[in-house]
Amino acid sequence: MSLPDDTPQGRPAMPTAIIRPMKTSWLHRLVCAVAILIPLAPLSPARAALTIEIIGTGATQLPIAVVPFRAEGGLAQQITPVIAADLARSGVFRTIDSGGLNPLPHEPQDLNYSTWRARGADAVVIGAVSQLPDGRYDVRFRLMDVAKQAQLAGFAYTATAAQLRLTAHRIADVIYETLTGAKGVFSTRIAYIVKKGKRFELQVADADGYGAQTVRWSDEPILSPSWSPDGTRLAYVSLERKKPVIYVQSLMTGQYQAVANYWGSNSAPAWSPDGKRLAVVLSKDGGSQIYFINPDGKGEPRRMTFSTAIDTEPNFSPDGELLLFTSDRGGSPQIYGMPVAGGEPRRLTFEGSYNVSPRFSPDGKSFTFIQRNGGRFNVAVQDMTTRQVQVLTDGTIDESPSFAPNGRVILYATETRGRGVLSAVSSDGRVKQRLSEEGSDVREPAWGPFPK
Amino acid sequence: MRKLLTATISLLLLALAGCAATPTAEQSGAAVEDRGKPVGPPGPVPAKPTPDSGAKPLVDKPLGAAALKDPGNILSRRSVYFDFDSNLVKDEFRPLVTAHARYLQQNPGARMRIEGNGDERGSREYNIALGQRRSEAVKQMMQLLGARPDQIESVSFGEEKPRATGHDEKSWAENRRADIVYQGE
Repeated sequence: MSLPDDTPQGRPAMPTAIIRPMKTSWLHRLVCAVAILIPLAPLSPARAALTIEIIGTGATQLPIAVVPFRAEGGLAQQITPVIAADLARSGVFRTIDSGGLNPLPHEPQDLNYSTWRARGADAVVIGAVSQLPDGRYDVRFRLMDVAKQAQLAGFAYTATAAQLRLTAHRIADVIYETLTGAKGVFSTRIAYIVKKGKRFELQVADADGYGAQTVRWSDEPILSPSWSPDGTRLAYVSLERKKPVIYVQSLMTGQYQAVANYWGSNSAPAWSPDGKRLAVVLSKDGGSQIYFINPDGKGEPRRMTFSTAIDTEPNFSPDGELLLFTSDRGGSPQIYGMPVAGGEPRRLTFEGSYNVSPRFSPDGKSFTFIQRNGGRFNVAVQDMTTRQVQVLTDGTIDESPSFAPNGRVILYATETRGRGVLSAVSSDGRVKQRLSEEGSDVREPAWGPFPK
Repeated sequence: MRKLLTATISLLLLALAGCAATPTAEQSGAAVEDRGKPVGPPGPVPAKPTPDSGAKPLVDKPLGAAALKDPGNILSRRSVYFDFDSNLVKDEFRPLVTAHARYLQQNPGARMRIEGNGDERGSREYNIALGQRRSEAVKQMMQLLGARPDQIESVSFGEEKPRATGHDEKSWAENRRADIVYQGE
């Protein structure tokens, strides 16, 4: 199956570095990233957006001012409020007010650095928007270092009106990477399940909860969404056929197909990093065991585990060589690791009697999972080498953790007042965000990959 | 034919016996059944299992199928309950499982799905596997009692389709369950 790498809205022109050229890899990444605005065309927009609440702050917060861009006031989608919200939400930045300045600076020569030093800003973001003859917009920004009085980054983008919000996330990504060294995830997307009355909806939204779109809905439960590594497909489990069946759905066309509908239950899909296979759990031979299948459902499943116990929740390491899974072969559910090429599974968790739902970090050096402590189920992280465990959350029922593609944040499901909400915690446990949708039950989040 | 007839009559007797019975020690022993929905209509159970009962109890299948829905018949009981973290079919549910196994044996064309369920605590996918283990435990018992494996598909809903929606032990116990559903129901 070949997927188009362009959008109906048209490919935005290449962003150009302002003044100081950046590395080509950066340019390339930005071009491709903005270009691959994946359309969810055949799908319906969801009614309410997720709202985000931030709890806690980072160990150190970088003070940054985001000055309103020239001529952005007339846009239906303003740019700088999105950038400022992205940066603030990460917990790593503290936004400095730019009110009371007249005129507002938009170019480096307009900047009075002493003003910004007095306001406590270490960095200032300035920029401008202008409409092109074809109706699209030119958006350009510069990230300025107040102490050095020098430009740290600067890019120009061409975007349609519909791409302005994504452009703002892209700019926030550049700022985040320039100042923290880690890639930003503001332009990535998340998938999750919303329960509205008796209706279950599989939704995809921007990482900030905006732009939610319903990918699939059913009156029967949907669970376990899993992103293909290129971000163009979702695998998930639906009970619409009165049993768990695994589907794969294209986000480009909206088309879906059952890829595992064997005798018994079919669940827990996980993509291999090369996108060429799915690890799944089938009970066709008795018991819940892990198999590999093709993502198009063709061919015979290849059995990977051979136990009389429960083996479930498979997850590939980023290099594709190791499989994590949950098994109760030792008497209680624990996390095991197994070479994909074959070999004995090795138990990895030893603290406590209930450790489930493993997901590798993007660098493969650790994994997140759910640990039961007394009556509580919490998000934890274990180092692959030292086996050291850090419990990151303190909710009662925390579930389904998954790493952001930059490894800095873990998204998970929790409950407040009997209602499911999504939360995110920084991988050091310091910053928490809560994403909730009014009157809905939200669960089963999965953070999508970096756009390719 | 004689065998069929015998089976039919014994089923009918079984059904009638069920009708006549008032709650016995055994039934009240299966107290979990009473927590949720009542298994039959309140008040006295109609004496006649079918409108034409007694007239021509010669065809096996129609009567068999009717027995499945007859609130007085053990075959109308469809839920097997489990203890926490257990897939052991408790003694109190053996008569129920035995009756359904016998029904499958006597109706080779009959097919059923056993739907395993679990309580809400813990991982959704792990709970699917726990529910699967429960439905397979019931299936295995039925196979030992003479049902063919291809008559029974054991599946799991995990914690996804709770019958009781509370967040307490009473609700959890109600949801640790395997349900029997015949094809066409």
